[in-house]
Amino acid sequence: MSADQGRIAKRFAALKAEGRAGLVTFITAGDPEPGTSQAILNGLPEAGADLIELGMPFTDPMADGPAIQASDLRALAAGMTVRRTLELVRGFRAGDAETPIILMGYYNPVHAYGVDRFLADAVEAGVDGLIVVDLPPEEDEELCIPAMKAGVNFVRLATPTTDDRRLPTVLRNTSGFVYYVSIAGITGAASAASTDVASAVGRLKRHTDLPVAVGFGIKTPEQAAEVARVADAAVVGSAIVNRITEGLDAEGRAKPGLVGEVLSFVRTLADGVRAARA
Amino acid sequence: MNRPNTYRSGPDERGHFGIYGGRFVAETLMPLILDVEAAYKAAKADPAFEGEMRTILKQYVGRPNPLYFAERLTEKLGGAKVYFKREELNHTGAHKINNCIGQILLARRMGKKRIIAETGAGQHGVATATVCALFDMPCVIYMGETDIARQQPNVFRMKLLGAEVRAVTSGGKTLKDAMNEGLRDWVTNVSDTFYIIGTAAGPHPYPAMVRDFQSVIGDEVRAQMQELEGRLPDSLVACIGGGSNAIGMFHPFLDDPSVHMIGVEAAGRGIDKGPLDHAASITGGRPGVLHGNRTYLLQDEDGQILEGHSISAGLDYPGVGPEHSWLHDSGRVEYVSATDEEALSAFQICAKTEGIIPALESAHALAEVIKRAPTLPKDHLMVMCLSGRGDKDIFSVAQHLGVSL
Repeated sequence: MSADQGRIAKRFAALKAEGRAGLVTFITAGDPEPGTSQAILNGLPEAGADLIELGMPFTDPMADGPAIQASDLRALAAGMTVRRTLELVRGFRAGDAETPIILMGYYNPVHAYGVDRFLADAVEAGVDGLIVVDLPPEEDEELCIPAMKAGVNFVRLATPTTDDRRLPTVLRNTSGFVYYVSIAGITGAASAASTDVASAVGRLKRHTDLPVAVGFGIKTPEQAAEVARVADAAVVGSAIVNRITEGLDAEGRAKPGLVGEVLSFVRTLADGVRAARA
Repeated sequence: MNRPNTYRSGPDERGHFGIYGGRFVAETLMPLILDVEAAYKAAKADPAFEGEMRTILKQYVGRPNPLYFAERLTEKLGGAKVYFKREELNHTGAHKINNCIGQILLARRMGKKRIIAETGAGQHGVATATVCALFDMPCVIYMGETDIARQQPNVFRMKLLGAEVRAVTSGGKTLKDAMNEGLRDWVTNVSDTFYIIGTAAGPHPYPAMVRDFQSVIGDEVRAQMQELEGRLPDSLVACIGGGSNAIGMFHPFLDDPSVHMIGVEAAGRGIDKGPLDHAASITGGRPGVLHGNRTYLLQDEDGQILEGHSISAGLDYPGVGPEHSWLHDSGRVEYVSATDEEALSAFQICAKTEGIIPALESAHALAEVIKRAPTLPKDHLMVMCLSGRGDKDIFSVAQHLGVSL
């Protein structure tokens, strides 16, 4: 199967046919521990997630804010590894053959696992795409090109600092979709003005036919809806992770009802996105 | 690995020293990193930049500092003739200022309005705060909470110099976490901010740029040794955290095969004690990718970064500059380690024998000199980089010796 006919392309084609934008949800694999994380993951499509970003926990997530860093550390403390992250994906795929899963993280855990072995195991587990924050196009031989050959989409981030001169470099080996980071900053920070987002999406669309998803700083159903009016998908991460944090007791264990709370928040986001162009 | 024709031509245009180095950063930073590279290339080619830097290094920093024959130590050790390169006599008391002068001049050329930096022991933070005062630029220093507690004098110095010191509470609250916060600040304030990285690590062009600014150490050693002894030194010894004083002293000599070079990492409580008991990335780690470059790292099986330990706050970084990784693999430089105990002992020997209180970082290099010099002939010329002075360390040393101040 080549990547351009994979689950990501099919899902965006279906969204286009429906005439609406998609909701991309982010959680960290294994947060707060693998069992709860699997339950949240498995419930996401039913709650309205169209695509799923699954964070591969890392000790030093330089581009993430405090919410996601804390979530990474919770998952690591619960014994999460690359291998167990892929097991979560396998567990999800047992009940869902269609919703795309994109692993998002930093390069060192993949590097330590071994690129070829990682790609083979990721394909086998049912991973559709990768976002690796600290691999810019200048380092494409590391993972991007091997991933394309293995049939895994390599989704690139474009940012407000990616000017027209640089954009073709960034888009050259990008596949699946383009993730537009709407602010220069870390995850969970302030949100961008919607007019800025609209013009940025317009600029990207002049350079690529790939779908454009927009993220960073989207915290509410209203903000998700605003983005859904101008982009092909809205990405929500820190706000969902914050719901997980709120659902923990003083010892950091999941309180009863955590999974339901997180999924009902996702449902409000999905409602926002679905109503955006109605 | 085949022996290259020269060890001094790296990195290549994409910032690689062999398989090490590179530019592993988020896209938000990439355009800025490319700007820094272009600006540095232009500055290097501009004699006015070099001239301004030399003037400041001479009149403000006090360079050249002496190459000092440590006669009493030499007698005590009974072997090699030991020289100290006196970087601790620089203004601010360490080699860090050499690099800060270069980078702030570059920041000004680029029209940047705000400076950020990370610091471990506080020497780089003090040096950065100093150049920011000198050039009237606002300065934010990121420092781990653990390091703030053990380096109070330097924290106060930075504040006196007008810098804002931001405590970092994530992770192990030391240098690595301070660097993460520095990168987060930079991603957020990308248009007006320049990040003065303190060691010869990070994304290209930083490892090469910091090395170039620190190479004044080795250039001076070469000229001074020629004057004092009429020849090249036989061996060079320097401590390695990120490795900026070491690469600065080594680089000018890399193509002189008669000069043996030894980098000394921090073995903490002992490398064999366990992965959390030392900070020796080369001796006790393996290659990985962190903070913009591929290099030797302290990491677990799953690629998670480990918190190093050293008595010296300036050495407990879990990585090392990429050029050192390459020099290790190619065999050109020998990398060894010294424990907390060995460094503490060397610290006291230096004070009593030479009347110099060295930084705990430099005491690691001295520990290797103390081991090695007695085994060498009396005409062997050994140069140790005395990279910093130890005033900042007297409180933690007192604590380790069971003395309350």
